[in-house]
Amino acid sequence: MSEPVQGKENSTTSATKLDGGEATGKTAAKPAKDKAKTKADKAAAKAVDKAKAEAALPILGIKGMLRWAWTQLTSMRTALFLLLLLAVAAVPGSLFPQRPANPAIVTQYIQDHPDYGKILDSVQLYDVYSSVWFSAIYILLFISLIGCVTPRAIAHYKAMRSQPPRTPKRLSRLPEYGTLVLPADAGIPASKAIQDAAALLKKRGYRVEVRDLDGALPSLGAERGFLKEVGNLVFHTSLIGVLVSVAVGGLFGYSGQRILVEGDTFVNTLVGYDQFSPGTNFQSSWLEPYSIQLNKFDATFDRESPSHFGQPIDYTAAVTTKESPNAAAKQQTLKVNDPVMLGDTSIYLTGNGYAPMVTVRDGAGNVALQGPVVAKLQGDNYYSSVVIKVPDAKPDQLGFAGFFLPTAMETDQGVSYSGDPELVNPQLNLNSYYGDLGLNNGAPQNVFELDVSKLTPLNGRGLAQKAIALAPGGTYTLPGGKGSITFDGVKKYIGIDIHHNPGQSGALVFALLAVAGLLLSLFLNRRRVWVRTGTHEDGRTMVEYGLLARGEDHRLAGEAAAIREQLHREWFSSDEQPTDTVSSSTSKDQ
Amino acid sequence: MLPINETMGQYSELFMLLAAGTYTVAFIAFAWDLAKSSKTLRAVDLKAASAASSVAVEAKVPVAAGRAGGNDVGGPAGRAERPTSAVASVSQTAGGDMKYAAERRVPARVAVAVAIIGVAIHGAGVITRAIGAGRVPWGNMYEFLTTGAFLVVAVFLLSLIRRDLRFLGTFVFGLAIIMMVAASVTYWTPVGHLVPALQSYWLVIHVSIAVMSASLFTLTFAMSALQLLQSHRQKTLAAGGVDKLGFMRLVPNALSLENLSYRINTVGFVGWTFTLMFGAIWAEKAWGRFWGWDTKEVWTFVIWVVYAGYLHARATRGWTGTRAAWLSITGYLCVIFNFTVVNVFFNGLHSYSGLPS
Ligand code: HEM
Repeated sequence: MSEPVQGKENSTTSATKLDGGEATGKTAAKPAKDKAKTKADKAAAKAVDKAKAEAALPILGIKGMLRWAWTQLTSMRTALFLLLLLAVAAVPGSLFPQRPANPAIVTQYIQDHPDYGKILDSVQLYDVYSSVWFSAIYILLFISLIGCVTPRAIAHYKAMRSQPPRTPKRLSRLPEYGTLVLPADAGIPASKAIQDAAALLKKRGYRVEVRDLDGALPSLGAERGFLKEVGNLVFHTSLIGVLVSVAVGGLFGYSGQRILVEGDTFVNTLVGYDQFSPGTNFQSSWLEPYSIQLNKFDATFDRESPSHFGQPIDYTAAVTTKESPNAAAKQQTLKVNDPVMLGDTSIYLTGNGYAPMVTVRDGAGNVALQGPVVAKLQGDNYYSSVVIKVPDAKPDQLGFAGFFLPTAMETDQGVSYSGDPELVNPQLNLNSYYGDLGLNNGAPQNVFELDVSKLTPLNGRGLAQKAIALAPGGTYTLPGGKGSITFDGVKKYIGIDIHHNPGQSGALVFALLAVAGLLLSLFLNRRRVWVRTGTHEDGRTMVEYGLLARGEDHRLAGEAAAIREQLHREWFSSDEQPTDTVSSSTSKDQ
Repeated sequence: MLPINETMGQYSELFMLLAAGTYTVAFIAFAWDLAKSSKTLRAVDLKAASAASSVAVEAKVPVAAGRAGGNDVGGPAGRAERPTSAVASVSQTAGGDMKYAAERRVPARVAVAVAIIGVAIHGAGVITRAIGAGRVPWGNMYEFLTTGAFLVVAVFLLSLIRRDLRFLGTFVFGLAIIMMVAASVTYWTPVGHLVPALQSYWLVIHVSIAVMSASLFTLTFAMSALQLLQSHRQKTLAAGGVDKLGFMRLVPNALSLENLSYRINTVGFVGWTFTLMFGAIWAEKAWGRFWGWDTKEVWTFVIWVVYAGYLHARATRGWTGTRAAWLSITGYLCVIFNFTVVNVFFNGLHSYSGLPS
């Protein structure tokens, strides 16, 4: 625990030091000298520290070294260094593709950069936020934080229970200082004046202690703003809470994705997911067998503005949900920014597209495949890729790869593109293949990719048979009696994300606590006021007061003025002008 | 969803151009003010030099400054009066209290008057944009920039009511003009509806706070830059060097700049904390996870940590003054980076620049 806390916690005693004559009245007019002095001091202190460290190490041994390391780690400078380091360390995660976000892009990136792609991987630059070095920084930061906060909390607890520090001998040394003189005939003796002041300060929220009430120089010490430090402690502690909550989410949460074509039902079991990422501690028994069926999906596009024509402006999915297999069905609406809650999960609408429906007949004339095929978005206006694998086709397996265009158009060069997101002129453009799809060896395959290495093309660019171009209702007969494909129509599909994160509410609560703490910590002021009264030989009552702030406080002068004004109102009728003085050092610089 | 009103959109663009033009006039007037006043001040100085040279020194000296070198000082001693920014003699810099002085600065008055006209036109531009698009005017980069520039100028002009910050004028209007030009030239986007991902009240909350905090950081960026200049100048002058930056006479001393920018930065930091939090809540609503280290999230986090570092620096011995100012500047550079490079060149979930892909 070093500078700030020393600075802060010691100010309980700093008042004492004030009248102890430590402040030697160096003035601001000699800044250069002051600076030189601090520099020299620092250098000297450093040299001493170094010498001490060198001399002490062998004697202190392990214990001393640990203590030294702890002091260093929990020092403000280390905290600052670690914070800045954390900022720097977070940056690469935005420069390189990250595995958790998209593993496929990382693989691609490594392939594309054979020279350094692997090296980056070896230093975990594709997993920055779970990397050893990133974790090390924030773990150290949080250890430092705990080491910082704990002693501070204890010290502050003590401070809150102790009386305001004793009245300094020379109040005039304080940054805000003033005097008030009450005429002898006002009938306010020193003891009454101090009690008035005490009452007034109490009203202003100060904790007040009156001293030497019956002595010659009664005084009071007052303090307020303990919540500032409480706020600071709450803020820092809550950050730990946020981190723990995030960790809880990582351990006990899970998430997954699923694509649903209109009419499809998702049941929350492991096999129901297209992709599933369990938390470290996940158990499949946690999955509640609710179901969600996509009835209809509607997308609305901008038809109004010429510049944004065709831009999506609304996605709405009508779904039927059941909490459990036997529960009553419920009609619900799923929208972007508006998830559906089921069980302890939330279900989000994260994507959508078209699913052309096809019927494929094989060489034997049997229906080998029938149904919607999810077309994967590739470009503007739902220009999507389509892959159809027909492993059941006989005698040869069949495969198709190509594109689906909701509104087929062609450029002057004959390149087809989609001119509109809606189904104005839907078209299926396919090349077909036959042979071995490679599905039988058990290795998992990407459904969106067709491995053509063992396939023979039936048609396509450069072949006798040009590419298949089908409109809804159209049928194409494959050459060589391999079968046929019919484009039956188009359905829509949505992509949903299913998330369960038990750390989420905790993170929110701690984040809110942190903000509350931050507000207290930044905008409250911790202040001390001392007042001393006495009786002049000629019978006048003399009042002097001084204010001291702990920490940044640009309103100290304002507070001094307010207190003065109130005392004034208490003791003088409005037209009387007392003979008294004010001095302020802070107001000058604000 | 309210319909688009193209005509309003066109009016808005016209207002924006007019506002930018008016700001340019204000900018010139502010610059003129700096140049002129520094000359006048120097003349006054020369006259006064022989007469009351001791007055400045006699002025009540802060108790704290004397003790600032010590390491056991609590309270304002250690804080408000930091030794790191050299304290200058009064005549070399403007008053640290940033209150209006008696002397009339005609160009500055002209500048402020023109700026007020400009901000009124600008406000009309922002409002017509909102009406034209039928929603809040911060849904793409063009709108962030135009609305952000409006806030920067409005906050600056409002603060003039209480403090004489006119020395910041050239900076503020220089930045505002850059923002307006960038918006109209690089990021121009006609009025349009929002894509579904942006249709949420969180857009209103999250982005408005982000733009507001960014405007505050813009102000403190200008102040920190001036602080560095002033601090350098004060050191030069203290060492008996020649004053090459005469216009800086109008600018308060480095210490006051540091203190004021600290106060604004604390508000900006709280705003940024809210930006981060609300962003996380929105991300949870929209994408199902409150934090996923998306590029935009990364940079928002980086900015937050840099400014947290700045706040810590202000409480760490040896890191106040110049170093803290550098951190404040670094933070702002990150804000700019987050806004420009990250929005346009990094693709992530937050690709909402509104620019054609
Ligand atoms: C997770 C990392 C941390 C973050 C994000 C953080 C953030 C902050 C923020 C925003 C403040 C400003 C509030 C205020 O001024 O009262 C602050 C203050 C402070 N922090 Fe941290 N902090 C972190 C870690 C630490 C650590 C490790 C220490 C201890 C070594 C520490 C010690 C302090 C102290 C003493 C203050 C009070 C400074 C003052 O009163 O101005 N912080 N911190």
